[in-house]
Amino acid sequence: MVRLSHFMNNPLKQLDSNEADLISRVCNGEHKAFEELVRPYERLVYVTAISVLRNAADAEEVAQEAVLKAFSKLSSFRAECKFSTWLVQITYNEARMKLRKDRRHLYESVDDPRQDKEGDYWPKDFADWRPIPSELLENEQVREALQNAINSLDDMYREVVNLRDIQNLSIKDTATVLGIPETSVKTRLRRARLLLRDALAPGINGLWHTGHPY
Amino acid sequence: MGKKRGAMTTIEISCVEVWREISEYVDADVSAELRVRMEAHFKVCAHCSAVLDGMRNVIGLVADGRLFQTPEGFNKRLYSKINPSE
Repeated sequence: MVRLSHFMNNPLKQLDSNEADLISRVCNGEHKAFEELVRPYERLVYVTAISVLRNAADAEEVAQEAVLKAFSKLSSFRAECKFSTWLVQITYNEARMKLRKDRRHLYESVDDPRQDKEGDYWPKDFADWRPIPSELLENEQVREALQNAINSLDDMYREVVNLRDIQNLSIKDTATVLGIPETSVKTRLRRARLLLRDALAPGINGLWHTGHPY
Repeated sequence: MGKKRGAMTTIEISCVEVWREISEYVDADVSAELRVRMEAHFKVCAHCSAVLDGMRNVIGLVADGRLFQTPEGFNKRLYSKINPSE
C-alpha cells in the first residue's frame, strides 16, 4: 500500500488543494484518483517524451513508464515543486535513459557535447514578418515544417524550447526539470529561439513569408 | 552617445547587445531602463525589429496545442502499466 507522505505538512508545498486531496486519496489506496491527478498533464508527458526521443512509438512507451514510476513514487513526493514539474522531470529522465540505452551501440554519448556554445549568435537578415495567424497550424505542411525545425535543434536547445515555449513552464521550473541553472536556461532559450526564427523565417513554400530578403 | 527624446536621454544600444537580450525582452524579463533602450533601437533598426517579430511569431506558433498532438487512444493506454487488466 502507498503510504501517506509528509507533503501535507511541508511549508514549501506548491500544491493546490485539489491536487493535495487527490494525492492523499492515491496514497490512501484509491488508485483511480491517480488518473484524475495526471489527466491535466497527459499531453505534457507525451510532448516531453517526444521532444527528447523524436519518435512517437518510443515517446508513448516512455510516457507509460513515467506514469508508472510517478504512481509508484508518489509517496516520496515532497511538494518542493509543483506536481506537474515533478511529473515532467520523471518523464524527462525516463526519456533520457531510453535515449542513452538505445544509443549505446552507436558509441555515442547523449551527454556530449552539452556545453553551451560560446559567443554571440548573429540572426540572419530577413525582411519583416507580419503576425502569423495560428490558423496556419491547421495545415499539415506547416505543422511538419515547425516540428522539423524543432527536431533539427541540438538536444540542449530542443529541450528548453519544449519545456519553456511548448509546455509553457517557467524559467525556474525548466531549470528544475533539466537540473541546470536558470541562467543556462535563458542562454539556451535565446539561441534556440533565434535558430528557430532563422530556420522558419524564409517561410514554407511562401505560406507565411510576405517580404523579401534585404 | 545619447539621443535626445524630449527631456529624457536614451542611451543607445547596439544590435549585438539587443540580440543578447531579445529573448528576455520577449519574456518581459528585462529592466525598465533596458526595455526603453531596446524599444528605441527597434524603432530605428529594421533588422532587429524583424528578428523581434520573427521570434514572437515562432513562440506563438510552437505554443499552439495543435503542433504536437497525442496519438489517438494515447490517454487510455497511458495508464495501462498501472492497470494492466483494463
